Amino acid sequence: MKGNIIKYARDNIDTDVIIPGQYLKIHDYAELATHAMEGLDPDFHSKVKEGDFILSGKNFGCGSSREHAPIALSHCGIKAVLALSFARIFYRNAVDGAFLLPIEIDQDAYDGIAEGDEIEIDVSANEIKNNTKNQTYKMKPFSEIIGKIIAAGGLFKYKPDLD
Amino acid sequence: MNIVEKILARASGKSSVSPDDVIFANVDKVMMHDVSGPGVIKVFDKLKKQGISVDKLWDPTKVWVAEDHFVPSAEKISAENIVQLSKFTKKYGIEKHFKYGMGQYGICHTLSHEEALVMPGDVYVGGDSHTNTTGALGAFACGLGHTDIAYVLLNGRIWFKVPETIYFKINGKLPDHVMAKDVILKIIGDIGNDGGAYRTMQFGGSCIDEMSVESRLTLCNMTTEAGAKNGIVEPDQKVVDYLSSRGATNVPMIKGDTDSEYAKIFEYESSEMEPIVAKPFSPDNITIVREAPNVELDKSYIGSCTGAKYEDLEAAAKILKGRKVKIRTEILPAAISIYQKAMENGLLKIFLDAGATVGPPTCGACCGAHMGVLAKDEICISTTNRNFPGRMGHIESQTYLSSPMVAAASAVTGKITDPRDL
Repeated sequence: MKGNIIKYARDNIDTDVIIPGQYLKIHDYAELATHAMEGLDPDFHSKVKEGDFILSGKNFGCGSSREHAPIALSHCGIKAVLALSFARIFYRNAVDGAFLLPIEIDQDAYDGIAEGDEIEIDVSANEIKNNTKNQTYKMKPFSEIIGKIIAAGGLFKYKPDLD
Repeated sequence: MNIVEKILARASGKSSVSPDDVIFANVDKVMMHDVSGPGVIKVFDKLKKQGISVDKLWDPTKVWVAEDHFVPSAEKISAENIVQLSKFTKKYGIEKHFKYGMGQYGICHTLSHEEALVMPGDVYVGGDSHTNTTGALGAFACGLGHTDIAYVLLNGRIWFKVPETIYFKINGKLPDHVMAKDVILKIIGDIGNDGGAYRTMQFGGSCIDEMSVESRLTLCNMTTEAGAKNGIVEPDQKVVDYLSSRGATNVPMIKGDTDSEYAKIFEYESSEMEPIVAKPFSPDNITIVREAPNVELDKSYIGSCTGAKYEDLEAAAKILKGRKVKIRTEILPAAISIYQKAMENGLLKIFLDAGATVGPPTCGACCGAHMGVLAKDEICISTTNRNFPGRMGHIESQTYLSSPMVAAASAVTGKITDPRDL
């Protein structure tokens, strides 16, 4: 998976800024996507392209359980969010609904990857390659259940082995 | 095992579970509302196109539906969502659909306790992050997104990683004018807004033993703001009485084992607690009220699942009685049952005499939906749960989070005010 980085060098990007509450009534996802990141970055839509990745700090997606947040980002073309850590509901919504990959990165990757850098994510090798800077970082491997749900293509396609 | 491990072991058919075990838990109760519900409907539509059967729910008697975020309908789209929700509950035979304008309705989390919909020991999931609230009844109560809720509606189970538990032991009696909201803001300020991430926050100690069920609900409600998977208090006779008085029979009891294990224990002395506010733009950005910035407030908002239960209104009324508000003050009881009790006991008269506006139950401006959202540069003190940028309206508005007593005292002075200083 290859894409360019949109970097928000801050912690605690909450779901209220990813998709403000007034839009939660909207269930037309193309329309919802036009409001993505409206609470944080009015220029988001002029820079986002299909296949891009967001890079951010700790506790990405904290706050509300609104699945509108990963949905809005994915409908803008975002394929993965790379962050130092994720809030739990955003994380599981992204995975269970198969909207985008939540990738946990370390401080080196966070510091080393800049806005616009071209990144290649190799989930099977747990590696993130920065093609622009010719550097490679490790990503935190997915836990077993998360890996299986991602591989299946979301929770509904995952067939659990219930003993 | 501690109480959460016991609940999850029982729900997954195992003799025991430990933190980090991945389980599929059978769900006892599930909730969706006018924001997560239409999301569930979209998931169902998509599944149908993929040839997956969505003809019937696993058990419609275990499902309830609230209309709370955009009600009374804010405009055309939210009106349409309410219509879709009604069609859905009719089609699937969900009888517990609390419709506005038809008797009891209100904020989903408030209904969970006002209507005794969740019992101690239940695994209860809801399509809303503040589902954690209901852990105060001794349930494992956890918020999920709408894909997960759709999965539960069809399969009756959902996966969890068994959380570690952080235990907050709170000793002694809270001083007058210090409320559960102050306690939880203090805790979030100490551990940070990811300090409980992926974990259970359990509350106990003599302060909690003495505390009302409604105050415990406030504590568990805001565990979400520390990133917790759930909040919980071990149930006691107070919970049994609370639920029984709301129509429940044979309320079960469950406690953790005496050798329960906790990842960490924090201890607090109630006597050291003070009224607290969280400054913009995060619930962990706290200060004691007497050291809060000297800002000119535009508004006081007393509402939401966090801060408009009966006890919260009673606390606000104690402050507002015989006084006049100096700034716009909105009071929105969190459910019709609370509204009615507030009317019968004279609280509404106190609020109206003080000059406040009393509105219908709704999530309303708490999530920036409608009914009093903030304009650019407006500053609000609010009994709600979050104060992220734009949370209650314009991205350049500001919200200070506080207890109902502090919000009421501040309404009187127009400044952030400790109720002891009125």
